[in-house]
Amino acid sequence: MRDLVIIGGGPAGMSAAIAAYENGITDVLILERDENLGGILQQCIHNGFGLHKFGEELTGPEYAWRYEEKVRALGIECKLNTMVLDVSNDKVITATNAQDGIFQIQAKAVILAMGCRERSKGALNIAGSRPAGIYSAGTAQKFVNMKGYLPGKNVVILGSGDIGLIMARRMTLEGAKVHAVCELMPYSGGLARNIEQCLNDFNIPLKLSHTIVKIHGKDRVEGVTIAKVDERRKPIAESEEYIPCDTILFSVGLIPENELSKSAKVDLSAITNGAVVDQDRQTSVEGIFSCGNVLHVHDLVDYVSEEAEIAGKAAVEYINGNKDKNILIPIKTDGKVRYTVPQTITKEKDVAVYFRVSDIYKNVKVNVSDGNEVLFSKKRVKVAPGEMESVTLKKEVFAKAKELYFSLEEM
Amino acid sequence: MYDVAIIGAGVVGGLVARTLSKYKLKICILESQNDVAMGATKANSAIVHGGFDAKEGSLKALLNVRGCKMMESVCNELGVSYKNNGSLVVGFNDEDRAVLNELLNRGITNGVERLQILEKEELRELEPNLSDDVVCALYAPTAGIVCPYTLAISAVGNAMDNGAELKCNFEVISIAETDNGYKLSSADESVDARFVVNCAGIYSDKVARMIGDDSFDVHPRRGEYILLDKECGDTVSCTIFRTPSKMGKGILVTPTVHGNLLLGPTSVDIEDKSDKDTTQEGFDSILRNTHETVSAVPLQKTITSFCGLRSVGSTGDFIINSPKKGFINAAGIESPGLTASPAIAEYIEDMLKDSGLEMISDPDYNPIRKSYHAFSEASDEQKNEMIKENPSYGKIICRCEGVTEGEILDAIRRNPKPRDLDGVKRRTRAQMGRCQGGFCGPYITELLAKELNIPYEDVTKFGGKSVVNIGKTKGGQA
Repeated sequence: MRDLVIIGGGPAGMSAAIAAYENGITDVLILERDENLGGILQQCIHNGFGLHKFGEELTGPEYAWRYEEKVRALGIECKLNTMVLDVSNDKVITATNAQDGIFQIQAKAVILAMGCRERSKGALNIAGSRPAGIYSAGTAQKFVNMKGYLPGKNVVILGSGDIGLIMARRMTLEGAKVHAVCELMPYSGGLARNIEQCLNDFNIPLKLSHTIVKIHGKDRVEGVTIAKVDERRKPIAESEEYIPCDTILFSVGLIPENELSKSAKVDLSAITNGAVVDQDRQTSVEGIFSCGNVLHVHDLVDYVSEEAEIAGKAAVEYINGNKDKNILIPIKTDGKVRYTVPQTITKEKDVAVYFRVSDIYKNVKVNVSDGNEVLFSKKRVKVAPGEMESVTLKKEVFAKAKELYFSLEEM
Repeated sequence: MYDVAIIGAGVVGGLVARTLSKYKLKICILESQNDVAMGATKANSAIVHGGFDAKEGSLKALLNVRGCKMMESVCNELGVSYKNNGSLVVGFNDEDRAVLNELLNRGITNGVERLQILEKEELRELEPNLSDDVVCALYAPTAGIVCPYTLAISAVGNAMDNGAELKCNFEVISIAETDNGYKLSSADESVDARFVVNCAGIYSDKVARMIGDDSFDVHPRRGEYILLDKECGDTVSCTIFRTPSKMGKGILVTPTVHGNLLLGPTSVDIEDKSDKDTTQEGFDSILRNTHETVSAVPLQKTITSFCGLRSVGSTGDFIINSPKKGFINAAGIESPGLTASPAIAEYIEDMLKDSGLEMISDPDYNPIRKSYHAFSEASDEQKNEMIKENPSYGKIICRCEGVTEGEILDAIRRNPKPRDLDGVKRRTRAQMGRCQGGFCGPYITELLAKELNIPYEDVTKFGGKSVVNIGKTKGGQA
């Protein structure tokens, strides 16, 4: 029996482990499938991490090291190269690695911190051939940054998610020519600063409302046909354009990897594809917590770390029998606010609620109401789907509410 | 001098080689691609048909019914995934019902056992997700599903383990008759053989013409497919066909032996034998048709789409004949070719015997081959034993399909050895899951480079110029 088992040793898992340890639970085990801690940060060699958390611009590995150093200093046990195969509803974890074989651990509490994966090209039903030279942006990032190999010289990128933008710059710096970044939507899903620093600074065209309609080439990619799309996102035949290239990168969305959450029978949200959680990031299964990109996809790792601290502290409260079991207030949204995390909150604490919007809105008020009365309001000049928003609610504000509604009011 | 040269290492060529390898014969398999199973074998519906579809008295009917009966034991011997899940041909109206009755009678004539027409109520019970518009269906409990590419790979591997030779990247471009057989030449080398079996799939007419046989043509018919995540494999339990038309059996919905859900194929006659492009029209057609037969297909769980070419012969039946002494065609092996393949191999064995090939049983012949998935199919206790002996079984490389480093290394080292990423994928399933190799691709590239003793940047997706990387980065060159 272990007190706390954390699945995943990326930024979320490490931060949760440290928070739990520093709050009094020292019997913590991190299970990590890779050969290093740090997760996907290890291949994110660009800087820009940690501005919010440390007031510095760190690279991914540097940011990860801040946490790994602490994990090591505290002596928190980590099993690397260890793949978790199953988590049961009553917190029995089945895992495998080369030293221990297949083994089981009963945990008092579990924190799910498995991160996310990229949506693959295969999910998109793009017509044409299936040659070599087609990668998700993160796979190309692994080849370039971790293995030292270049996937190609002439690149078209579909999707303007942050990894796609980062890879547009990275491939350019490695001597490749990025001919275009096509984005199906009329706006980018990436951070404004990445559009500026990764595309505009290198004169890489961002083609909004464009998609790839056909892939050409037998052995290697030889080109793509792209087209503009109409309001219903259907390609307009007359706008088709052929771009010769040898490589296509896809940055078309991230999917929280919740296969283990499903095995533990945790309720999942159809919108976030992550668990439904309370203010402590506890899932529908008592004692199982979720944080980081497995819960919902973040744009900044700093917020992943923060969220994981909440989960780590709450796991300690749970193990010590102190987690409050008060009636929770559900949070609903109007659609313009696409989702919130957490989805339910207690009346006992001040709570920071994170949310994303479903489109670009300018000059809006974010309203929090109890159904009748606006309890809290915050003005925003611009909100966009690519940038996570948050509001902090004082417990006095919603003490009497039975439900909370998050909505956007255009001014 | 070989006793038998087999042109083409698809499921037919592979099973012919394996069937002949039980005799003391010198056998050579010539494959134009970088790996075996690269034609129609790797992109089809993976169905073991009951045998009610083919015309009475045709070779298709004879060999389908026989192949369906043989398939389970062949798969067991070769360690290939097979499941007897049954099939339903669904009807929407009286017109369809008439066709289904015709199929029922034809099936009975062909010798298909236990066929029956099911009505709406029974169908609901068997398949709760069938569309409400389905009113009846022809049920074939003997039908099944199989993994077609591992069937071909394992058949070739078993033949090789029993002494046969495989030459990949050997595209036969000319055949000359010699005093005691044939000389088959590629651009680089030649082999001599007393007997030749032409299993060249879509190119089997071209090969037949090399010895002057222009009695048939084979043309490509495009079939596009959409594959869904393993989460969706239990949407249906049987293989669901529509009532057939003259262009084929229509769009089907079926679980695969690995638990995915497969939708397709389209059916479009084309000219170019190398055109395996998917099309927007194809996707649209699959989605529309699927919706009509099965409700609640979770299309957002699509993980990949692909296209295969059926080898449609000009005679309407399988073309299995001997246009010249010692030369046998196995051409036009379209559906139900996969089902028939073990029976085709047996049929060709008899033809060779009749044409004078002396067959002496090899006492060392071993028909049994270990499955590529032997580790994952073992119990936890057995797995732990195996990990203790070989720790690489404890290291999972492909997280989506749960494939270990040990299994990948085994696959790379066994006959027929894969030489590219797709070859590893077909054998082990690594890169075949929901992330489509996004995470494990770079690791498998490394394992292949090491095992093949080639530079990392020379590793290909499927041979030829399909390199995964074009060279080192600036930092990598330092």
